[in-house]
Amino acid sequence: MALRAICIVAVIGFAGFLAFAWRSEIPPEQPNARPAFDPALVAKGAQLAAVGNCIACHTVPGKAAFAGGLALPTPFGTIYSTNITPDAETGLGLWSEAAFQRAMRQGVDREGRHLYPAFPYDHYTRVTTEDSRALYAFIMSRDPVKATAPANELPFPFNVRLILAGWKLLFLREGELPRDASKSEAWNRGAYLTEGLGHCGACHTPRNSLGAMDAKRPFAGGEAEGWQAYAINAESPAPVPWSKDSLAQYLRHGWHPNHGVARGPMAEVTGNLGLLPDADIDAIATYVADIMGTPSPQRQQEAQKRIEDASRRQPHVASAALTQGAAGAGTARSGAAIYASACATCHDSGRPQPFGGLSFRLSSAVNAPNPQNIVNVTLFGLPPADGEAAPVMPSFAGVLSDRDMVALLNHLRAQFTDKPAWTGLEDLVRRTRTGEHKVAVRPADGIERAPANVGAEERR
Amino acid sequence: MTIELTINGKSHKVEADAATPLLYVLRNDLALNGAKFGCGLGQCGACTVLVDGKATLSCITPISLAEGRQVTTVEGLGTAEAPGPVQAAFIELQAAQCGYCIPGMMMSAQGLLQSNPAPTETEIRNALQTNLCRCGTHMRILAAIRRASELMQASLGPVANKRAG
Repeated sequence: MALRAICIVAVIGFAGFLAFAWRSEIPPEQPNARPAFDPALVAKGAQLAAVGNCIACHTVPGKAAFAGGLALPTPFGTIYSTNITPDAETGLGLWSEAAFQRAMRQGVDREGRHLYPAFPYDHYTRVTTEDSRALYAFIMSRDPVKATAPANELPFPFNVRLILAGWKLLFLREGELPRDASKSEAWNRGAYLTEGLGHCGACHTPRNSLGAMDAKRPFAGGEAEGWQAYAINAESPAPVPWSKDSLAQYLRHGWHPNHGVARGPMAEVTGNLGLLPDADIDAIATYVADIMGTPSPQRQQEAQKRIEDASRRQPHVASAALTQGAAGAGTARSGAAIYASACATCHDSGRPQPFGGLSFRLSSAVNAPNPQNIVNVTLFGLPPADGEAAPVMPSFAGVLSDRDMVALLNHLRAQFTDKPAWTGLEDLVRRTRTGEHKVAVRPADGIERAPANVGAEERR
Repeated sequence: MTIELTINGKSHKVEADAATPLLYVLRNDLALNGAKFGCGLGQCGACTVLVDGKATLSCITPISLAEGRQVTTVEGLGTAEAPGPVQAAFIELQAAQCGYCIPGMMMSAQGLLQSNPAPTETEIRNALQTNLCRCGTHMRILAAIRRASELMQASLGPVANKRAG
């Protein structure tokens, strides 16, 4: 009897879930039936697409822009980004604006299938209808490209899209954020861009076991494409606390004298933000600076001292490092000797940013609890951007063995921070070098500005 | 300290600080002047040599890291009388103008062709990405590398007279 009751409840429950999860198809709209878009709306959409960094995920480096097919590794399997050019057969060609609005707001495609949250609709749901309209105008006025993304590689049950309805029930809060009347216009605009289209938290907020953002720890640091996305709240590992002004300069230009250059996936972000008006950059900086909070006077003081130390290096420091190298003659491959010859000429010689290397006294990578980023950048360097002056760093993977890497990184940590030594370095270096831990290596800045590097080739 | 280096197959004992850049030792101690000092920052490629077959910037590589490894400089690719395939191709295509960057270019090309005897145009450009030429002979340099690839593949040896096409 009890069993029967349970069965009935289960069946009703499942039927209820199906009814809840079901999304209807939105009828196809023939491309030739679509009126031309207002150029002003398309231009606005281009700016918004830059905020959303759409091109980064929806483009395979070296291939046509927005044509999809990029492999996105997740803890659940590999998802391939879709073709969002207006090709009727393989892209969004048959999507009406209503279908696009629904995808942005609810994460459902035109045919009614639930989309994986690798497409960050938990953020895009915050985007206004007007802004999504502009994005639609921009996307649909690109050249159609025929390209079919490989099928996702997801094991059961993750390959059943219906489970995403459950995920959404747990983690998707639809709709725009309310304005905070107690805060400035810039703060509210910044909140809109950061939490919505900018989807900063997609990388900078840790994720829970179901791949959703940990709501209790917003902006406490996450991961992206093999790189650590640093905490951008009070836990920021930056030796010099960020301010609204330093954030604005960094987001605008891709570097800051006290923080270094944007690299890894962040270089694409700062490269794209070049399309934004200063007011929007300032708004994002205002909001993020507020999340980070005002640093304690003690932290400010320490930061000031670090800035002074960093500017007071110059030849004597490099030669001091050389002397240390000589002193440790017994350990021929000591970290100090490697540092003095391989690193100090750029990182300890007073050459100004962004083309000189950042002093490690100021480096978030060397001060961070997780050494992944300094491992990445030492092994792979910063490749040059194409046809554009950009910060360049040689790759040291060829010449530094795993043991050399450990010696060097331990030296940097001990010499330039007051943090405890990292553990597990050798294993991390090995896994990163062999590709077991996959890292996307990109030029320091400028996906749009250096198209040949990252394949944002767009036929107009 | 004394460090033993193997350069172009020959062993050398060098008295120098562990942190001394390999380039300084090559030029100042061993009179191997092929590798050039360009920027001293690992950004121009003029100092490129091979370490265990991989193109390496010798101006930012401490000699301590070269110990126990095979270092090859442009002098190791051949002689004026008997140039190696990369050298022969650079001469044939007249790839040098002032010539300062050329040893580095040749070593990057050698490193590429050793691991990939038939590279595509993109692979050549990627491998030479960090080698700068101020004269602007890049197109001839690229042509020379394609020619060197042919020479190596055909194993025709130096000063081959086979023309492409």
